[in-house]
Amino acid sequence: MAETGRLTRTPVAAPLVSPVTLLRIAIILALLAAWEFLAHSGWLYRDVVPSLMSIGHALAELLMSADYYFHLSVTAAEIGMALSIGGALGLTVGILLGANRFLSKAFESYLYYLGPTPKIIFFPIMIMWFGVGPESKIALGTLSCFFPVALNVAAGMRQIDKVLIRVGESFRANSWQMVVKIYLPAMRHPIINGIRLGLGVALIGTLLAETKLSNKGIGFLIIQAYSIFDMPRMYAMLIVLFVLAIGANALVGRFGGLHDIKRL
Amino acid sequence: MSATTTPARRASPGDYLPPVVGIGSLVVFFLLVELLIQLGAVNRFIVPPPSEVLGSFGRVIVEEDILQRFLLTLTECLTAGVMLTVFGVSGGVLMHRFKLLQQACETWVAAMASAPIVLMYPLFLVIFGRNAWTIIMMGFVAALPPVILKTIEGIAGTRKVLVNVGRSFNLTPTQQFWKILFPAALPTIFVGVRLGLIFALINIVGVEFLINFGGLGQLINELAERYDLAGTYAAICFVILVSILFFMVLEKAERWLRPVD
Repeated sequence: MAETGRLTRTPVAAPLVSPVTLLRIAIILALLAAWEFLAHSGWLYRDVVPSLMSIGHALAELLMSADYYFHLSVTAAEIGMALSIGGALGLTVGILLGANRFLSKAFESYLYYLGPTPKIIFFPIMIMWFGVGPESKIALGTLSCFFPVALNVAAGMRQIDKVLIRVGESFRANSWQMVVKIYLPAMRHPIINGIRLGLGVALIGTLLAETKLSNKGIGFLIIQAYSIFDMPRMYAMLIVLFVLAIGANALVGRFGGLHDIKRL
Repeated sequence: MSATTTPARRASPGDYLPPVVGIGSLVVFFLLVELLIQLGAVNRFIVPPPSEVLGSFGRVIVEEDILQRFLLTLTECLTAGVMLTVFGVSGGVLMHRFKLLQQACETWVAAMASAPIVLMYPLFLVIFGRNAWTIIMMGFVAALPPVILKTIEGIAGTRKVLVNVGRSFNLTPTQQFWKILFPAALPTIFVGVRLGLIFALINIVGVEFLINFGGLGQLINELAERYDLAGTYAAICFVILVSILFFMVLEKAERWLRPVD
């Protein structure tokens, strides 16, 4: 289906600005205008929809404060730790489940059903186990990102071309060599996809935990802005956070894609 | 295929072994935890003994209005689900109908799907106040992107043959949509709605916990704040069981809706 779409490429000289770009600009402008109108209309409580100017001002202020980068680095470190611990655990469990049919039949359904349950409710337990510091946030992020990585890796492992596995076996590769030379390169796609999903949920888990109970990190700053009702600052922080999250997600996806092209 | 057509394949004992091992290792794990706690190797004020957690199930169910909480969370979830279906599916249809709109916005929707939308809950709290609507809207907004994307995917993936049948019957665009495209896309759309409902449930329980308001999520927060350790663990288990049940029902419904390929 997708192939038929690709074939119909018309070799007409592209106009200066494509209609798609024009429509995008129009939508953005319309949204901004509607926002500004709402901000000045007085229909909502004051500051619930602050004017674009004040959000811009708060954004500039935010990006220039050294304090913000300290909190950002705390959160980034937490997410990084969560992703590396959860990712490594997920990868190991995923390879075990993918390689062994018996283990997969015995345990994978538990992972499958536990995967999409809300993880934030484990936060009280994490606080008791790991304290109120960054450790409990890392633990929650780890718990969140373990499941998508493990499930993706296990599924990816089963989809590996049997020929590749036979090649490895005929070279008499040992288990470690099989993992490093055959399994991991053959399932880079599901692994990267798992990491992409894992990054998303680790980010959500860590930040939500920070909003619940912490004294540093972006989540803490957001909830602090809420409690002193500094709405422009909160909007500014959410904008930066969304840009960073979407950017990180695209980067992981792009990294996977680029890697692929080089190999081809 | 052939395996399913041979009618009387007796289940061999080997088929039961993996699930038995799965359940068995869970039981052994809990027994081990119990033993370690009884021996004093694990602090019982950090991890309550599984027997105590099991015992407090009844207490939590009876004393904490769990049925009412469950119904509240379910209502929030279903309200978000209805809104998701209406707005998500019509959004997807609209974007498929106007190609330019799809080209302009599909990447945005996909980007939103990867954004941590639930982090906007303080904002929703300001806009809607601390009530059920904040929770419902949070679930709705966070779960909207997959429904839109799956609707587009479903309609765009309609088999060419079916579209051609419609054309050869000279159907008007409206007829073409209702008689061909929409029924063909329905299974994929339901996958989107299922994903949406799962996202909605996760976010709704999460926000209930975070803002300490409403149904099952709040229960966990309350018990944890009371330092009722066994109760907290029991409530968490209960919420996990409820969500697993919810996924299973959705999966069954999806299989029931999906025609035999």
